[in-house]
Amino acid sequence: MLNNNTLIEATDLSRHYEVSNGLFGGKSTVKALSSASFHLQAGSTLAVVGESGCGKSTLARVVTMIEPPTAGQLILDGHRISGDISLTDEQRAELRASVQIVFQDPFGSLNPRQSIGRILEEPVLINRPSVSPTQREQQAREMLAMVGLRPEHYDRYPHMFSGGQRQRIAVARALMLEPRILVLDEPVSALDLSIQSQILNLLVELQERLNLAYLFISHDLSVVRHMADEVMVMYLGRVVESGSAAAVFDSPKHPYTQALLSATPVADPTREQTRIRLQGELPSPLNPPAGCAFNPRCWRAQDRCRVTAPELSDEGTHIVACYFPLHD
Amino acid sequence: MASTDATTDSSLPEGSKRDSMLPDRLRPSPFKEFWGYFCENRGAIVGLFVFVAFILIALFADVLAPHSATEQYRDALLQPPAWQDGGSTRFLLGTDAVGRDMLSRLIYGARYSFFIGVIVVVISAGTGVLIGLLAGFARGWVDTLIMRLMDVLLAFPSLLLALVMVAILGPSLINAMIAIGIVLQPHYVRLTRAAVMQELPKDYVTSARVVGASRLRLMFVTVLPNCLAPIIVQAALSFSTAILDAAALGFLGLGAQPPTPEWGTMLADAREFVLRAWWVVTFPGLAILINVLAINLMGDGLRDALDPKLKRS
Amino acid sequence: MPLLDVRNLCVDFRTANGLFRAVDGVDVQVNVGDVLAIVGESGSGKSVSMLALMGLLPWTATINADLLHFDGVDLASANTQQRRSIIGKDVAMIFQEPMSSLNPCFTIGFQLRETMKAHLPLSRRERQSRAIQLLEQVGLPEPERRLKAFPHQLSGGMCQRVMIAMAIACKPKLLIADEPTPALDVTIQAQILELLLDLQKDTGMALVLITHDMGVVAETAQRVSVQYAGQKVEEQGVRDLFANPHHPYTHALLAALPERATSRQLPSIPGVVPGQFDRPKGCLFSPRCTYAKDRCFQEVPVAAPPALGLARCHYPLVDGIAQREVS
Repeated sequence: MLNNNTLIEATDLSRHYEVSNGLFGGKSTVKALSSASFHLQAGSTLAVVGESGCGKSTLARVVTMIEPPTAGQLILDGHRISGDISLTDEQRAELRASVQIVFQDPFGSLNPRQSIGRILEEPVLINRPSVSPTQREQQAREMLAMVGLRPEHYDRYPHMFSGGQRQRIAVARALMLEPRILVLDEPVSALDLSIQSQILNLLVELQERLNLAYLFISHDLSVVRHMADEVMVMYLGRVVESGSAAAVFDSPKHPYTQALLSATPVADPTREQTRIRLQGELPSPLNPPAGCAFNPRCWRAQDRCRVTAPELSDEGTHIVACYFPLHD
Repeated sequence: MASTDATTDSSLPEGSKRDSMLPDRLRPSPFKEFWGYFCENRGAIVGLFVFVAFILIALFADVLAPHSATEQYRDALLQPPAWQDGGSTRFLLGTDAVGRDMLSRLIYGARYSFFIGVIVVVISAGTGVLIGLLAGFARGWVDTLIMRLMDVLLAFPSLLLALVMVAILGPSLINAMIAIGIVLQPHYVRLTRAAVMQELPKDYVTSARVVGASRLRLMFVTVLPNCLAPIIVQAALSFSTAILDAAALGFLGLGAQPPTPEWGTMLADAREFVLRAWWVVTFPGLAILINVLAINLMGDGLRDALDPKLKRS
Repeated sequence: MPLLDVRNLCVDFRTANGLFRAVDGVDVQVNVGDVLAIVGESGSGKSVSMLALMGLLPWTATINADLLHFDGVDLASANTQQRRSIIGKDVAMIFQEPMSSLNPCFTIGFQLRETMKAHLPLSRRERQSRAIQLLEQVGLPEPERRLKAFPHQLSGGMCQRVMIAMAIACKPKLLIADEPTPALDVTIQAQILELLLDLQKDTGMALVLITHDMGVVAETAQRVSVQYAGQKVEEQGVRDLFANPHHPYTHALLAALPERATSRQLPSIPGVVPGQFDRPKGCLFSPRCTYAKDRCFQEVPVAAPPALGLARCHYPLVDGIAQREVS
């Protein structure tokens, strides 16, 4: 399945944080992300789904190299990145050019003191100093047109734009270095419904035109269903279910995925409501339960689930980490 | 926007292109908005006018002053102001003990006060912002070291600290300014560090990191411009503090040395005539008071306009 | 007679750049036992109208209404004393940010008892037992221990449950929930919505749910009022609204839902909600409306008859087809 179109290949990727427990409490480890493996092809979208604290944002930060992985291996566009080997500046610049990120909050992600032109040109200025200023401006203006803004927006400042337009600018900036991978960290959840669809359309359009690979992080399952080719469901830092979007949405095997799907409100008042009532809340990542992390809230949990955590295993259509997966 | 012929429900436009066709929001420019907020505060306007007048006086002292600031008119010692018995229109605000024209001295004194304010703010803000940026970015032991040092500086009564420093450096106006600059600088350090730490976790800083901005670029190009608002307010307020402290040092004989027409020094010279000639003490005192009050009022207005936390929507 | 009857409510804010009309001629009627959802995007004034009713707007706001009745009392002419006896007791409200709606300096129990002290003639001991009972009612485990907890010791979902407990402490006749769930995770959101509906059924109170999430609306509300740029543009029963929206805005909003998509390109609404500085002359939706004709850019539309969902439109849609003039 791996070919030269594979842009991200992650094997057992982990990211742990040390947290000190007050003055005398010593240190404990939070496993924000533990052994996630996946790969992403050019032109396709992998959605990462889960609730807060499930490790999806940590995954985004590791893939965009904001943070190094604690363990595991990450191959980005042919370059190997892991915690132990350091890259030269040149390699970093090259990698930066291949993976970029768009953040959730369009009001926080643009520097309020820089004009749109400067915001767009900064990545080129830093990473490709040989490009002449006129050429840079040319590129920025072309990019503005590409994301559906007008050339005269070039000299304006972020506060003059609405949330949707700002998100377009954020996408434009991310594309300035012509990356092959775009990490989208909840790109539409801060936007109004009518604006949300504009941005989703833009993303779809850009993906088709530029053959981009998207790592799409979201908690909104209806958006994910619309965008994703592959889906990875996470719970408390671990991947619990992963497979093609159709397989995961149509025949969820992990109880958590099923609960998540049934808890998501559907805009159809005539739909029969058969909701799975999940008891309790997400356990603290500082003190995760023994065995399967989901066992305290799971209605199918048995003794075995409380002792050892299940590994991901092939269940026909896709892979699931559960001893007692559901079959329809 | 052109209306499409629409009778069926499937003809909703594909929106991404048409968004840009809409007129831009006619929001006022940042400066206009700032000015609007500033004008809401009447005291600030008055302060601004007085401050501008003060700058003009300082700039055109040579033209405005009727006499030289240091020339002694031996025929008119301690002459009262013009409207009092014994006064003359030659010396509108009277003369001091050695026959120098009060009005001219006050006008030239404005120059010194302005000079002191500018230099002290440049020294304290310049070093303070640099150290604050360093502390905010470095964290860890560098941060701790800097902040504890600043705590020590802040723990001294500021004038006392300035006094000690002047005593070490020797009394002169320049040394007094350096001393005051050092005393005021911890405020900038704290303020800048706090602002930096507030900005650092924001997404725009992270995205600058993702595109590979260097440390220095992050500090000065990305973060610093966003921390300026509180620093500007602090600069305005410390301008007045600098003038006050310099006057105090001058009064104690440790600042500007006579015959410099610095307001604090003028006060000190006039001490012995408080009872006999009220004008020699009152006018320099009033000049200091009005000046400091105006700048403080203006600083308040600036804070209203620049500090987003106090901004009303 | 409706429990809450608001006619032609207008709210203006004084800003540095002149008056801004946040709510423009909104009518709200809520009957006993109703579940009304008010839907709109940001800037639609959906929260402001309810805050105005509660008297929770800042001093820069001016409120005007033809009628502002709650349970037969005219709130517009009521004095502070009368208002206070109604607001917080008969009308209660819960907010979006559960963490910041609770005072971090006091325990949950203290804050719960404080609410009761203001409105209910209960003794100390009765208040304590009622507090425990309330926490049980909202589904918090170990209520007695929770009463001694501070807000920061609870999760967002639990805080929202405490807020609900405080809101229902005085058995209100009307509960207003202002975006109670988007700060919460999906599974917790489902729990909270279910709790609100259960409480509504048990106590028979009316529930006004302010939200922007069409999924939440579909699963909870009986009646839906859609707001756009400060105006109510449509009001219908929930099934009718989703099946046959009459206002082009509602229609476009529903069509833009990813889950209703038929192709990869979603039908989207161009442009943005008009702000303070670019309010159109005629219909407020006209610059973004696919169906807009010349008249829409000139004349302000009035509400259509109830059969057409009170749509504020010159040419309301029926089954997705624009009609001839209505008025």
